[in-house]
Amino acid sequence: MKFREAIRAATLQAMELDPAVFLIGVGITDPRAVWGTLSGALQQFGPGRVIEGPLAEEALTGICVGAATMGLRPLLIHHRVDFVMLSMNQLVNHAAKWRQMFGMQQTVPMVVRAVVGRGWGNGPQHTQSHHALFAHIPGLKVLVPANPYDAKGLLLAALRDEDPVIYIEHRWLHEDDAPVPEAYYLTPIGKAAVVRPGTDVTIVAVGPMVPESLKAAAALEPTGLSAEVIDVRTLRPLDLEAVLQSVTKTGRLVVADSDWGPCGIAGEIIARVAEAAHDALKARPVRITWPDSAVPSSQAIEARFYPGAAEIQAAILQTVARQRDTELLAPSTVKKFDGPF
Amino acid sequence: MSHEGALSAEVRRRLYYRLRLLRQVEERIVADYHHKEMRSPPHLYIGHEAVAVGVCTALRADDLVFPYYRSHGWYLAKGGELKALMAELFGRETGCSKGWGGSMHVIDLKAGVMGTSAIVGGTISHALGAALALRMQGKTSVVAVSFGDGATEEGVFHEALNFATLRRLPILFVCENNLYSTNTHIRDRQAQLDIYRRAEGYGLPGHLVDGNDVVAVYGEAAQAIARARSGGGPTLLECRTYRVLEHCGVNADDDLGYRTANEVAQWRARDPLTQARHLVAGNEAERIVEEIRVSVDEAFADARSSPFPASLVPEGARP
Ligand SMILES: Cc1ncc(C[n+]2csc(CCOP(=O)(O)OP(=O)(O)O)c2C)c(N)n1
Ligand SMILES: [Mg+2]
Repeated sequence: MKFREAIRAATLQAMELDPAVFLIGVGITDPRAVWGTLSGALQQFGPGRVIEGPLAEEALTGICVGAATMGLRPLLIHHRVDFVMLSMNQLVNHAAKWRQMFGMQQTVPMVVRAVVGRGWGNGPQHTQSHHALFAHIPGLKVLVPANPYDAKGLLLAALRDEDPVIYIEHRWLHEDDAPVPEAYYLTPIGKAAVVRPGTDVTIVAVGPMVPESLKAAAALEPTGLSAEVIDVRTLRPLDLEAVLQSVTKTGRLVVADSDWGPCGIAGEIIARVAEAAHDALKARPVRITWPDSAVPSSQAIEARFYPGAAEIQAAILQTVARQRDTELLAPSTVKKFDGPF
Repeated sequence: MSHEGALSAEVRRRLYYRLRLLRQVEERIVADYHHKEMRSPPHLYIGHEAVAVGVCTALRADDLVFPYYRSHGWYLAKGGELKALMAELFGRETGCSKGWGGSMHVIDLKAGVMGTSAIVGGTISHALGAALALRMQGKTSVVAVSFGDGATEEGVFHEALNFATLRRLPILFVCENNLYSTNTHIRDRQAQLDIYRRAEGYGLPGHLVDGNDVVAVYGEAAQAIARARSGGGPTLLECRTYRVLEHCGVNADDDLGYRTANEVAQWRARDPLTQARHLVAGNEAERIVEEIRVSVDEAFADARSSPFPASLVPEGARP
């Protein structure tokens, strides 16, 4: 099942099982159904539970907060994370604070699903990731699935959680295909996954950097280097235990993020490892992040913007102080995407 | 049509020339897009042309415009440089945004095109700030800001109408109501469908204009601009028009089924260019078509042979 089909499966399943779940968002009843992730939802559940939103991101978010405090479970959907910036007041000042601010009398069980764009010159305002921005805020939970199985399991878990959850999905992963059970299951929030065991170096990866890290690890295997890859899955709460366990074993750490470096999740992970297990480190940790600039539109520079398997491979070699004595085998992913949106 | 009698031959020609320019540039984009050299999301203006051309032709060269991501029309109508627009769409360093923005982010400061946003409603408030600045600087320029029907659902539209009226800013709000926000009809998004009537609640004049009639748009805009320039404050124009091709991209979208073939055909029959054909006499129209064809050819060839940006991080980009 494709990543985007897994999101659809989770959405429909949650709506079937729990009458409190409803969908709301700008353009969600569009015939394209948010890249097919909502196909059939309107037909199956009707406009009472699949609510087309006017272009009013802040109000829609506040509407979700209000509905959530009444016991409903809104799923608010955005075609781009960039558009969520209009609703930061409701997310950060209200949704995230509500439970604590009134002494735990109410919860805000809402989910915000937002898509990260990439490619075809989508440019500075349609390609941002922003997961670290949300992960900075106590009161929010932040999920970044990396494969179809977790795309479904994490969304189902989010729709049962009592706190506001930000679910960030990368359009780049939408077509990825893997087995997904039809049955209802949950991917636990706050648990990372070791997706490839190894002994020499730990790679902690976020979202689309997970498949890139797996490619890098596979390419290094013939050279005798064994890399362990951890899919972080949840940025807040962060599963530090899983990272520490791995780093204690390998002594080396590379963090591969699909976001900017400064004040980001890669730096956060490295800081926490340094605080908790500095002595286990045999080499300086390395982070792979986006260049420190807006995402360019022009194909010539856009193509060079995104780090991938090749950069991760180089970082691994750096932690083991080995020169690039092997040919770098893994090219970074550039998927076929003929735009426009 | 009431304004037409007063139009000089020069204005009539300018209106027609600009309509043709916008159309021919975008028809060429449609024709060449499949080569995959232009790689950014194009929101084409075909069908809307009379709005930008009508308003911009009523503006002075030193007036400013704040268009939105459906950007090519306003850019060209206000006198933005064609070669720089095409180079931008081809992702070249010589582009109007040096290749960093693409189709959704065009700018030509010399022509008074102040930059466009891919976030709906993103520049409505910028226009107010510019109008405020012009007044504080003692200038007589005015500002026009354009946006879609969908943008009027954003809170910032309402905040802007209030502020502009409160401060009597020299500004023209131009809503291009094409009935759809992406593929969702205005009926499914708004309870009261006369956008121009929002003005009344905020205390500024609001007018409904046939957005496919360039003469009508020109006439209404000219009055609103005169009012703004003389200190009379802002005006809201709702121009009803229609997007002929898909929301984003270069194709028709009949297959999606969100609008009927009949509706599209009816609007096509009211094409702004066909309706404006009478503005020029004799074989003047053919001469204009040919003149524009030459400059479009040149701009495309120029864009294709221009260098790509070399540096990933432009100098001075980082704070
Ligand atoms: C704040 C924000 N929300 C959603 C979008 C996605 N989006 C891009 S264009 C568009 C339609 C806007 O319609 P309208 O304002 O009527 O302009 P039109 O495209 O019809 O000219 C939408 C919803 C966006 N770019 N920005
Ligand atoms: Mg519209």
